[in-house]
Amino acid sequence: MNLLARRKLTNQVALTLSLSAMAFGLFWLAWILWTVLDLGLSGLSASLFTEMTPPPGADTGGLANAIVGSLIMVVLATLLGTPVGILAGVYLAEYGRHHRLGAVTRFINDLLLSAPSIVIGLFVYAVVVAQTGKFSAWSGVIALALIVLPVVVRTTENMLQLIPNTLREAAFALGAPKSVVISKVTLRAARAGVLTGVLLAVARIAGETAPLLFTALSNQFWSLNLNEPMANLPVTIFKFAMSPFTNWQELAWAGVFLITMGVLLLNIVARVFLRAEKIN
Amino acid sequence: MQTTGFTSSASSKLGDRLFGGLAKSFAWLTLILLAGIIIALVYASWPSIQAFGIGFLFSDAWNPPMEDFGGLIPIYGTIVTSVIALLIAVPVSFGIALFLTELSPAWLRRPLGTAIELLAAIPSIVYGMWGLLVFSPIFAKYIQPALQSSIGHVPVIGKLFAGAPLGIGLLCAGIILAIMIIPYVASVMRDVFEVTPPMLKESAYGVGCTTWEVMWGAVLPYTKNGVIGGVMLGLGRALGETMAVTFVIGNTNFLDSASLFAPGNSITSALANEFAEADPGLHTAALMELGLILFVITLIVLVVSKLLLLQLAKGEGTKS
Repeated sequence: MNLLARRKLTNQVALTLSLSAMAFGLFWLAWILWTVLDLGLSGLSASLFTEMTPPPGADTGGLANAIVGSLIMVVLATLLGTPVGILAGVYLAEYGRHHRLGAVTRFINDLLLSAPSIVIGLFVYAVVVAQTGKFSAWSGVIALALIVLPVVVRTTENMLQLIPNTLREAAFALGAPKSVVISKVTLRAARAGVLTGVLLAVARIAGETAPLLFTALSNQFWSLNLNEPMANLPVTIFKFAMSPFTNWQELAWAGVFLITMGVLLLNIVARVFLRAEKIN
Repeated sequence: MQTTGFTSSASSKLGDRLFGGLAKSFAWLTLILLAGIIIALVYASWPSIQAFGIGFLFSDAWNPPMEDFGGLIPIYGTIVTSVIALLIAVPVSFGIALFLTELSPAWLRRPLGTAIELLAAIPSIVYGMWGLLVFSPIFAKYIQPALQSSIGHVPVIGKLFAGAPLGIGLLCAGIILAIMIIPYVASVMRDVFEVTPPMLKESAYGVGCTTWEVMWGAVLPYTKNGVIGGVMLGLGRALGETMAVTFVIGNTNFLDSASLFAPGNSITSALANEFAEADPGLHTAALMELGLILFVITLIVLVVSKLLLLQLAKGEGTKS
């Protein structure tokens, strides 16, 4: 075989492998989504949203308390983490762009962004649960908020950096103080991007299980008391999926279906939203 | 836009300073958070650090009633599963990035890229449940026997595939981790391939290189720091992944063979399974120490990853 033919063959082999790598990636996505749809849809029923999580061995029951508990905790964690994250992101983009504190914060924030979420759970356990002496929904909310924080900081900063400086200069030229320039001009111009970051953060914490295992724990009963353990979907799914009871496993699949669809929907909405805004 | 009176009164100046101060203090909060995590973990694991010292890293004991703890088996499990994940994910991610930057028709790039990124959006508990109830039975029935009858007979390497095909175990956890980190590694690789100057690629094509030669000989050397950064990011993710691993690793603190089919434990799965029920005292402290070890390893990996990626971003400004 001459050199040219061999080079061409190598190229063909490599490109075929590249194509199969792509197929390999899509294969798992399709398989997992198919399983979730197939097993999740059959578990869907009205009782899922009206009945409480059943005790072991029962034939009926739903996930009402877990769904509501998850919603409460995700909403509170987002409300807690977002303002702090946006302001820290504002600092990075508008104040500390060339400061050492800005550079260090940006670096540390990126580390926190990829840090294992279970460590956040351990941290909150040590700081909150061990001090107050009991597991509580609040500690779960704090753990989730700490996961929201770096996501929002990162996207807020990135989006603010895309705003052209001429816009800031024009606002300053009108005599606006810096806080007004930021809140009424740059943040407003970047709001779609910032909101995307928040949506992605919500998507991230909606399925987070590890940090809740030793903070919010779980609760078999209906409870809205934030000072007590609270039921939530991820931990309930974990408990039910590992159990030998068919009824529990079916409920777990239904829960997985709800979480997966919610998270994928949030991701897609966030992407479409950001793209629509960029075209404008 | 509505008319706002921007009179530079004392009150607006005060508001300005307050706003700036608040933003700055929240930036500080991020720094304090990292320091706080390390301090809290060291403090909480102090009894265990004192009781076992450096030997904790090399002891395979895990005996809550006797209060004798060592981290060897979970640390081994974490490292082995992450290495398996990288061995699978790195070449696949490279292939995906190559496909997305060079091969794919333009109109397919965005949907395919999004599809791969959605793999990262699926919560890890979904991977775990799917892995335990759907993937591992198929893995045990078809793939593990196939591995045993093919490479199982090769000396030395064959030992890695010995033992009963249970489905769950280190290899299964590694494979699922690989699927989970592919989107992270692939998207970093794609991004760094895209910032390669077109001139570089065009020159390579101009002297008659094939697509593969352009990638392997021109683009990859130019972007190698970024590629390694992406791989390290994936490693960081794999090390700290909890739920998916907990479902499929088998959760046993007993290890007597080199086989990858054997069930084991990882730092994260030990924490997920035991922590909420652990006795206060040495048991909790030992688990905290495992968490501390995990956090330190992950931080080192992520710092290296970040520095490599920053280096590439810096080079971007100077090279045309």
